[in-house]
Amino acid sequence: MANKKNKKLTPVQQEYQKFQSEREAKRPVFKNCVKAFFVGGFICLIGQFISSFYIYFFDFTERSAGNPTVATLIFISMLLTGLGVYDRIGQFAGAGSAVPVTGFGNSVVSACIEHRTEGFVLGVGGNMFKLAGSVILFGVFSAFVIATVKTILIQWGGL
Amino acid sequence: MLKGHRTWEFENKPVILGTAAVGGPFEAQGKIADDFDFLHADLWAEQDSYEKAQTVLFEESCNKAIEKAGVRKEDIQFILAGDLINQLTPSTFACRTLGMPYLGLFGACSTSMEGLALSAFLVNGKGAKYVLTGSSSHNAANEKQFRYPTEYGGQKPPTAQWTVTGAGSAVVASVGEGPQITSATIGRVVDMGLTDPFNMGGAMAPAAVDTIEAHLRDRQIDASYYDLIVTGDLGRIGYTVARDLLEKHGVSLSEQHFQDCGLLIYKDDQPVLAGGSGSGCSAVVVYGHLLNRMKKGEFKKMLVVATGALLSPLSFQQKESIPCIAHAVSIEYGGGS
Repeated sequence: MANKKNKKLTPVQQEYQKFQSEREAKRPVFKNCVKAFFVGGFICLIGQFISSFYIYFFDFTERSAGNPTVATLIFISMLLTGLGVYDRIGQFAGAGSAVPVTGFGNSVVSACIEHRTEGFVLGVGGNMFKLAGSVILFGVFSAFVIATVKTILIQWGGL
Repeated sequence: MLKGHRTWEFENKPVILGTAAVGGPFEAQGKIADDFDFLHADLWAEQDSYEKAQTVLFEESCNKAIEKAGVRKEDIQFILAGDLINQLTPSTFACRTLGMPYLGLFGACSTSMEGLALSAFLVNGKGAKYVLTGSSSHNAANEKQFRYPTEYGGQKPPTAQWTVTGAGSAVVASVGEGPQITSATIGRVVDMGLTDPFNMGGAMAPAAVDTIEAHLRDRQIDASYYDLIVTGDLGRIGYTVARDLLEKHGVSLSEQHFQDCGLLIYKDDQPVLAGGSGSGCSAVVVYGHLLNRMKKGEFKKMLVVATGALLSPLSFQQKESIPCIAHAVSIEYGGGS
C-alpha cells in the first residue's frame, strides 16, 4: 500500500518524506488508546447511571430506558460543546469521546455553532449535518444491508 | 535591482516607517504580548461574525501603522494586503473602509513577506512614496474554512498548529527613519508530495530551505551575514526539519541564529501543539516583536522567510498534495549604511 502510494513520487520527494517523517512527532498511539479506553468507559458508566436512574425512579424497563438515556447523554454533550469544554475533552480523549453517542451530538452542535453567523437556514440548517451526515447515511445504509441479509437468511434460508 | 536569479536588491533602501500588530485573547497570554499595539479580549472583536472581526483587526493594524509612521492616510498611495479567507474578504472589506488603491495578494501564510517585498519593489522603483502592506488571520474564521468546526471534539495530532488571531501592517516609504529593506527573494512553489494538512510545517520546510539557499546564492553571501534568520510559521516539526535540511546542505545555523515566528509567539504551556501558524503569524511577530527588538539594537540584520501552504479544503479532499512557497525579505537597521 505504502509502496503503491510512493510510486507516483519522485526520488527527491521520497527522500524528503523519509527525512521528514524521521523528525515528525508521532501520535502517541498507545497512550491515546489507554486514554480513549478510560474516558470512553467513563462516558458509558455515566450512561449506565442514567439508565438505572430512569428504571429506578420512572416507569421504564431495561429495554425502554435506552432512548431517554441516549437523549440525556446527547443533551449533556451539546451543553458541554456550547460551553466550549467538549473539544478539550476530545483533544485529551480522542476516540474515547468521539465514538460514544456524545461525540455524535458534539459533531452536530459544533457545526451549528460554527455556522450560526450565516443564518438559520443556510448556516445552521445547511451545515448541521456536515460532519454527522455521512455517519447517518452510511449507518442507515449498512443497517439496511444487514437487515436484508438477515431477512434472506431467516425467511428463505430457514436458519 | 535583479541580483542572481530571483532576488531583488533595493539600492534606494526603502524604509519601514511604522508598523503595528493587533492580536486576540490567546495571543495576549502568549510570550510576546507586550509587543502588540492592541489586544482584543474577545475573539469577536465586538462584531457579529468572526470574518468581520478579522476585518476589524486588519483595519486597526493599518490605522495604527499609519499613525505610528507619522503620515496622513491620504499620503498612502497603495495598499498590498491578503489573508487566508476565500476571495480575501477581510482584506478587501478593510480596504473598502480605508479607501486606498488596493492590490490583493494571496500567498497563504507567506502573504506578509510577499506584500513587503512588492511594497519595497514599488517604493524602490519610484512607483510610490508610501505603501501600506499587511496580512491578517483569525483563528475561528480560518479554522472554519480549512478544518473542522472549532468546537468539534476531534483529536489533533502533535504536528497540528494553532492559527494566530492577529493582523500586522507596515508602512514602507522612500525616505525617513527606520529599518531598511535591503533585498527580497521570491520563492518557487515547492511540493514534496506531503498530504497531511495537520502537518503543514513538514510540508513547508523544503520551500523555506529552497528560498533561503536561493537568497544566499543570489546575493553571494554566507548565512552568517545575518544576525537572525527567521521563518514564518514552520512550527516545531517544520523548524527542526528545515534546520536539519539546511545542515545537510552545508548551511549550519544555531538555535539563536535561526528561529521561527510560530514558536516565538506562544508560551510553551499554551496548548498550541506544534506552534502558531496563519498569515497573521509572521505579520504580528515581525511587525511587532522582531522589529521592536531590532530597534532596541539586539540585532542588525534579519532575514524573514515567510512560509505558506497553498492548499485549499477542496484540493485536500481531492487527495492533492500540499504545494508550498516561501518569500524572503532582508531587513537591516543601524548597520551604518
